[in-house]
Amino acid sequence: MTENDGALLEIRQLKKWFPIHKGFMRRVSGHVHAVDDVSLSLAKGETLGLVGESGCGKSTLGRCVVRLLAPTSGEIVFDGQSIGQLRSRALRPLRRQMQMIFQDPYASLNPRKRVGTIISDPMKIHGIGDRQERKKKVEELLETVGLSPEHYNRFPHEFSGGQRQRIGVARALALRPKLIVADEPVSALDVSIQAQVLNLLESLQTGFDLTYMFIAHDLAVVRHISDRIAVMYLGVIVEISPAEALYDNPLHPYTISLLSAVPIPDPDVEAKRETILLPGELPSPANPPAACRFHTRCPYVQPTRCTTEVPELRKLGDGHFVACHWAEKIKAGAIEPIESTPIEPERQDPVEAPSA
Amino acid sequence: MPEPLLEVKGLKVRFATEDGLVRAVDGVDFELERGKVLGIVGESGSGKSVTAMTLLGLTRDQNAAFEGEVVYKGQDVLTMPESRLRDIRGNEIAMIFQDPMTSLNPVYRVGQQIVEAIRAHESVSKRQARRRTIDLLKQVGIPSAEERVDAFPHELSGGMRQRAMIALALSCNPDIVIADEPTTALDVTIQAQILALLDKLRAEFDSAVILITHDLGVVASIAHDILVMYAGRVVEAGPKRELFYDPQMPYSWGLLGSIPRLDRPKQEKLHSITGSPPSLINVPRGCTFRPRCPYAFDRCTEEPELVNRVEVPDHLDRCWLSLDDKRRLRLETIAAEASIA
Ligand SMILES: Nc1ncnc2c1ncn2[C@@H]1O[C@H](COP(=O)(O)OP(=O)(O)O)[C@@H](O)[C@H]1O
Ligand SMILES: Nc1ncnc2c1ncn2[C@@H]1O[C@H](COP(=O)(O)OP(=O)(O)O)[C@@H](O)[C@H]1O
Ligand SMILES: [Mg+2]
Ligand SMILES: [Mg+2]
Repeated sequence: MTENDGALLEIRQLKKWFPIHKGFMRRVSGHVHAVDDVSLSLAKGETLGLVGESGCGKSTLGRCVVRLLAPTSGEIVFDGQSIGQLRSRALRPLRRQMQMIFQDPYASLNPRKRVGTIISDPMKIHGIGDRQERKKKVEELLETVGLSPEHYNRFPHEFSGGQRQRIGVARALALRPKLIVADEPVSALDVSIQAQVLNLLESLQTGFDLTYMFIAHDLAVVRHISDRIAVMYLGVIVEISPAEALYDNPLHPYTISLLSAVPIPDPDVEAKRETILLPGELPSPANPPAACRFHTRCPYVQPTRCTTEVPELRKLGDGHFVACHWAEKIKAGAIEPIESTPIEPERQDPVEAPSA
Repeated sequence: MPEPLLEVKGLKVRFATEDGLVRAVDGVDFELERGKVLGIVGESGSGKSVTAMTLLGLTRDQNAAFEGEVVYKGQDVLTMPESRLRDIRGNEIAMIFQDPMTSLNPVYRVGQQIVEAIRAHESVSKRQARRRTIDLLKQVGIPSAEERVDAFPHELSGGMRQRAMIALALSCNPDIVIADEPTTALDVTIQAQILALLDKLRAEFDSAVILITHDLGVVASIAHDILVMYAGRVVEAGPKRELFYDPQMPYSWGLLGSIPRLDRPKQEKLHSITGSPPSLINVPRGCTFRPRCPYAFDRCTEEPELVNRVEVPDHLDRCWLSLDDKRRLRLETIAAEASIA
């Protein structure tokens, strides 16, 4: 993709493979191709949404970006500095600038620590301010995220799910980071609370000069918050586009089917909506289909190219890239979808994601 | 009107806990007919699961107290002997959970569990039961059913396990299927398949379905009637279209307004309901939504009954605002609805 002068983050050909160990000797018998050649960039102040079914590699990509994971290969350039291969000590100063917000507001806060300590610890670790200054800062942050300074001495269990997520946001903000990777930050919350947290994240963006990578599997939520959206399937990006264009004019057959499956809270709209049901199941990322990874489930699969040639991300519109050989023809209605019988992906030992 | 399959009247469930008395369910009424899908929506902790489990006697406990009636085939489930309940469970009323592993036993093969369920309720040979099992697995859309019948639950993906559990739930052609957040943990593509499946099976077996969810999108397609629960109570109930197009409770407006919608131009700011649901140990006096309601007034400290207040007789709600006020005020929350309708 094009070089972007205003880019805060550049990811080039990033791969993250996890070894699969088998048997008594824990011999490596294969690899989970969790992220498999991803390139993208984030402009300063932008929100990039990352969507795709569970297991497609969203969290792994997010964790590589903030360097909670070391990439297998490829490059990550953050604010002009190559960070993909840095070791932990060299990463230390960078940690201030990149923060992560997690899905589970219960698991990500230490239950034995008071809220004040949870939020001020990162500042202490990075030697910011003295005790008084940190306390004042935490109280300000609590107000910023819609809690109150009186919450300073409370424990996480005294808060509701939405409030805990606010604590997570305050902790992430404490070091004034440039980039926040939010991994399903509202997925565990009730809709009414979800809206509160989304509004909060949006309102903080300008004031704190934040760039967001927003990971979610809810396409309506992602569209609401994102400027651009990347759609992942089995470790690769199949489409990336300005948010509105992705919904108005989805080009990849996978994006089209994904969007068609989202239920709309309106009976009349629902009565007319046609879901494109994909045959079969997500193939195992340990043994992804050759060439186009989506070809085993694609309603538009063609006898040529799909099974022999890896589709590159091609530019088909303003900032709109799609990795499908036949996107234009499908769009023009020149290729009929097949009512296919499912092609069975090869059986694999299921690889469970670690809970996170 | 046809005889309802199940009738719930004034249901209350309370749990004695160390912290105090939890009013988990505090006034639930509904009727369920054959071939119909009843959607129950509400935030977490609003009493949806306790209501569902109580219909099967699964909340019975020395710390639990019940009030009201749950009439199934002329008998009250709340006072029924445990032996009769065991007959009903799985056989006449089946339950599907969010986590399939609550129903599937990890150490037995999937097929074997279904075979046993069939044979526990019917006298058929193992062979016949196995054939039925394979048919069921096919019906719920499990590919290569002949092979997967011998798989252990952990050998199946999340979506497949969910289907296997549905197959198990349907193995005895139940009158009622209670599905408690059956798709919450699944991706949208799989969710769409499971919902289509539930609806098809309902039509085929003429069962009734209770579909519990916190996602209004899920009930918009397949439900016929909807109950909105808040803090243990039904706060609004009625035919689906009424709930979506003429909602009466400010809480229902809040739910509808806080969902970003893919079929509409992007909103600047999402509507959100301030605050969070009350503790069920210390429920506010009067209307339980009052502390979060932007339109609360003096009268709201008095408890509103769940009664009909609009033109459509089976549309009920618990809100003191006048009909005119409701129809005007809700435009602030769900304005887009009005401009479209
Ligand atoms: N630490 C790990 N070890 C082995 N496999 C992993 C690990 N983390 C993730 N995976 C696998 O990588 C794939 C992508 O996972 P993940 O990034 O969590 O996907 P997503 O966030 O999109 O659901 C999955 O198949 C998952 O099982
Ligand atoms: N066995 C129990 N003892 C005490 N409280 C319970 C018990 N079961 C459920 N509750 C409480 O009842 C309330 C309603 O729970 P539930 O029906 O599970 O809500 P929902 O399914 O709507 O999320 C919650 O506050 C829950 O903590
Ligand atoms: Mg993830
Ligand atoms: Mg529940």
